[in-house]
Amino acid sequence: MADLEAVIGLEIHVQLATRTKMFCGCELSFGDEPNVHTCPICLAHPGVLPVPNEQAIRYALQIGLALGCEIAPRSIFHRKNYFYPDSPKAYQISQYDIPICGPGRLGDVRIHRAHLEEDAAKTIHVGASGRIHGSDASLVDFNRGGTPLVEIVTEPDLRGAAEAAEWARLLRETVRQLGVSDVNMEEGSLRVDANVSVRPAGSEELGTKTELKNMNSFRFLQRGVEAELARQRELVEAGGTVTQETLHFDPASGTLTPLRSKEEAHDYRYFPEPDLVPLAPTEEMLREAREALPELPVARIARYEEMGVPGDVALTLATDPRTAGYFENVVEEADGIEPRVLANWVTGELAAALRQAEVEGGAADSRVSPPSLAALVRFVQEKKISHGSGKIVLAAMVVEGGDPAAIIEREGLAQMSDSGELEAIVEKAMAENADAVEKIREGNGKAIGAIVGAVMRETKGRADGGEVNRIIREKL
Amino acid sequence: MTDLLDLTALEAREAMAAGDLDAAEYTAAWRQAAAGDDLNAYLWQGDGEEAGAIAVEAGRTAPIAVKDIFCTEGVPTTAGSRILEGYRPPYTSTAVRRLLEAGAPVLGKTNMDEFAMGSSNENSAYGPVLNPWDRERVPGGSSGGSAAVVAGGLAPWSIGTDTGGSIRQPAAFCGIVGLKPTYGAISRYGMIAFASSLDQCGPLTRTVKDAALLLGILQGGDPCDSTSVGIEGGVSLPDREDLSGLRFGVPKELADYDFDAGVREVFEQTLRKIEELGGEIAEVSLPSSEHGISAYYVIAPAEASSNLARYDGVRYGMRRGGDGDLIEMYETTRSEGFGPEVKRRIMLGTYALSSGYYEAYYGQAQKVRTRIAQDFAGAFADVDFVVTPTAPSVAFKLGEKTDDPLAMYLNDFFTVPMSLAGIPAISIPAGLAAPEGGGPQLPVGFQIAAPAFAEQRLLDAAYALEQGIGFDARPGDADG
Amino acid sequence: MIEREQVLHVAKLARLRLSDEEVERMVGELSGILDHVDRIGNLDLEGVEPTSHVVALENVLRADEPRPSLPRDVALASAPEPQDGAFRAPSPQAE
Repeated sequence: MADLEAVIGLEIHVQLATRTKMFCGCELSFGDEPNVHTCPICLAHPGVLPVPNEQAIRYALQIGLALGCEIAPRSIFHRKNYFYPDSPKAYQISQYDIPICGPGRLGDVRIHRAHLEEDAAKTIHVGASGRIHGSDASLVDFNRGGTPLVEIVTEPDLRGAAEAAEWARLLRETVRQLGVSDVNMEEGSLRVDANVSVRPAGSEELGTKTELKNMNSFRFLQRGVEAELARQRELVEAGGTVTQETLHFDPASGTLTPLRSKEEAHDYRYFPEPDLVPLAPTEEMLREAREALPELPVARIARYEEMGVPGDVALTLATDPRTAGYFENVVEEADGIEPRVLANWVTGELAAALRQAEVEGGAADSRVSPPSLAALVRFVQEKKISHGSGKIVLAAMVVEGGDPAAIIEREGLAQMSDSGELEAIVEKAMAENADAVEKIREGNGKAIGAIVGAVMRETKGRADGGEVNRIIREKL
Repeated sequence: MTDLLDLTALEAREAMAAGDLDAAEYTAAWRQAAAGDDLNAYLWQGDGEEAGAIAVEAGRTAPIAVKDIFCTEGVPTTAGSRILEGYRPPYTSTAVRRLLEAGAPVLGKTNMDEFAMGSSNENSAYGPVLNPWDRERVPGGSSGGSAAVVAGGLAPWSIGTDTGGSIRQPAAFCGIVGLKPTYGAISRYGMIAFASSLDQCGPLTRTVKDAALLLGILQGGDPCDSTSVGIEGGVSLPDREDLSGLRFGVPKELADYDFDAGVREVFEQTLRKIEELGGEIAEVSLPSSEHGISAYYVIAPAEASSNLARYDGVRYGMRRGGDGDLIEMYETTRSEGFGPEVKRRIMLGTYALSSGYYEAYYGQAQKVRTRIAQDFAGAFADVDFVVTPTAPSVAFKLGEKTDDPLAMYLNDFFTVPMSLAGIPAISIPAGLAAPEGGGPQLPVGFQIAAPAFAEQRLLDAAYALEQGIGFDARPGDADG
Repeated sequence: MIEREQVLHVAKLARLRLSDEEVERMVGELSGILDHVDRIGNLDLEGVEPTSHVVALENVLRADEPRPSLPRDVALASAPEPQDGAFRAPSPQAE
């Protein structure tokens, strides 16, 4: 049987961090008592009418521009009709065939569309078992109902669970840096559903997809998609066919259960919302949205890669704009040293030193100023101190700040530059480790470690390891 | 006392402003008159105390009756339905708020066809309204109560709503003035929705000047209604003396339609009166208007099916079957709470929007609507107004058309096209005619339609015509 | 012409329960109305834009400024079954 490839698309809901709801002036709620942020509009009393939140439109434009989307010159709202207690009007105001944002791209994944809609209310199921099946009743809290959402739909361009989780992280970071949402999966301000299918590798046709819901962390997203891909692969390889269904991820067990399909698939009976007029973003709105965009992760990553920083390190740096800013300052101060080396120090040695010292915050909050880190790295690069000594100095700087030169002087860490002195110590170490020398001569190269170790101990790490190796081999 | 009740709202307002009329006394006189309601026209009547949040001191403006479709905070609002029995809204509609700000106390909430669906006020869950001209006949609908109170001396004026003719047709059946303004002239916030793209609030009054006065109070853009714009320049009282220089278009398609001989006669007479007053009669063509009913009875029920879905027993209003599961509660509540006409339209509307039928029905109807609007635009390039009879008959008997929904729908034939096009139209009483089956004479309405936002010109012309016609018949005149 | 099956399906979508007698009547009444309405299906409306908005407005928006919410007791005052500050409703059917 031909190899099956995974085909994954994501459907993302971003809760916007506006002050008020999408269609009324109620404030957004954060863990408040139930039903303290409601009004006749979001409770859908008879006779009420929606009026769209201007800031939500602006935020949606920013998201669209950050994702490289075509912005529709004119888009309209539609009603999506369905009955459920969390849907007070029995329709959700959304966008259907003319959304505010059209095709775009983020990294390697194409965006199909993005549109505005309102969030449903929260339903707490109460009853004997506390689970949805077998519960007695629903208690509905309308605080969340009406919160502005942007729904982003990707093309099915992802080919694996890990890739999906990583791209979702990139999306999250991109939106977070716009400042338009908390995008917190655990809190629900970012929700990611996955559409998963498999097909023979090389095929252009799409297989039947299943929809995965309720994965409220990137880890769960990856696990859920992995589990579903495994299930589909097994099924198809055994000659079965995948049924289109919605699967609910259970974090406790890490498994997916089909959500019992309602009697029939929903017929949402979409029609244009007569109570709202079209959106036609003006030149000024677009300009303001564009100007509000910070340098986004994808652009920054590309810039760092151009400087020679490897992709994975660039991603780590770009993920936190403050660390990225710190790194760029270091690069400026360390004029001449390869950014690749500086990036490794920032994401590697410095990060480790901060963790070791249990210092809160990142590089930008630390006591290690960019000029002092740059100076330290220069010392190491110029072999004035060994790499190991560099780490010792860094550890000290993390705690006390200060200037590396002073610390090197104080601790006496200056690299042994007198090769005569070093040679003498090497000879002594070789004499004291004659059996190791024997082993090296017999072909066991690794035995050199014992001699190098002895030299390092004697020099208190101030010798340059590479130099020590060279002298030993010379003397063999 | 009776003298007070004879004053038009405008006369009363001027007298109060001049200090010649005691506002409290005037309002009290009307409350007393309203208490004598034997037409089942009022569903609720209030006095200062009970009115609570909508209480306003009798002041500058005549008290008013309000169709029970307008939300009034703390005061029962039923939309003529059982499903909202006992419901007291937590807020007040913009239209009523503007009335209160103008110093007009609310006399009461008037009876109506359930959720504004009907042309006879026989679809109310609270019993039909009787026509003051003949208590065995309907007052028209859906604003039957609002029309009956004005014609029956139970209120000086009232507000109603018009979606396909629901102000104009009852005004015609009751011999009073009824105006449907341009869509967007008056805020819909707080007006219980039937068909969102068609519903409009409007005045029902004894005179054209009163209608202008009331429109002036109600109109305006509202930040709570993003489809409202108001009327640029506002509205002033009309004072036109004749109709010289104005052209009135009669749709040639009228010749193909079946309507009562008596109605036709009054219509023709009114055309002659227009000419007498210096106006010109011309022929226009509105070829798509014959499909108005079809388009209307797709679009309005479709929007209604969605607007009425919120009546689900969860947050307010009636709940039944709450011991069952969710679907049972929904179904029981809605089945017991809605009357047959409402159910019929919800079914029709749901069907028209459902998968596989949207394009053929809703999509197609919205195209017909565009055509109808284009027809009017074409006509208005040639004439200032389009005129028709308001209704194809005079008031019919209670129960006469309740067995045949389609026959009932055809009552709206002349009024629906203006609603679809969103243009303003007024009905003024133009004469009397005997019903087809024989009987005492009943009022006949004459409809004048104008381009969007041309309310001032419309009122000016309507006023001149009204003065020229001099209709002064009253219910009870034609006894024996 | 509308079939009985369609009437039942539409009633379900609309969350209406119709008695057998009502279903029969509905089939007749809706068929009559639809026969009339169906005439628009024969019209040639090629190239005609459907009216989706009556007033020619765009971008009617609201500033992102908070407005007072209802006090909770007022919000729940009309609730058929308030419980613990929330609106109680039956659960969907356990399956």
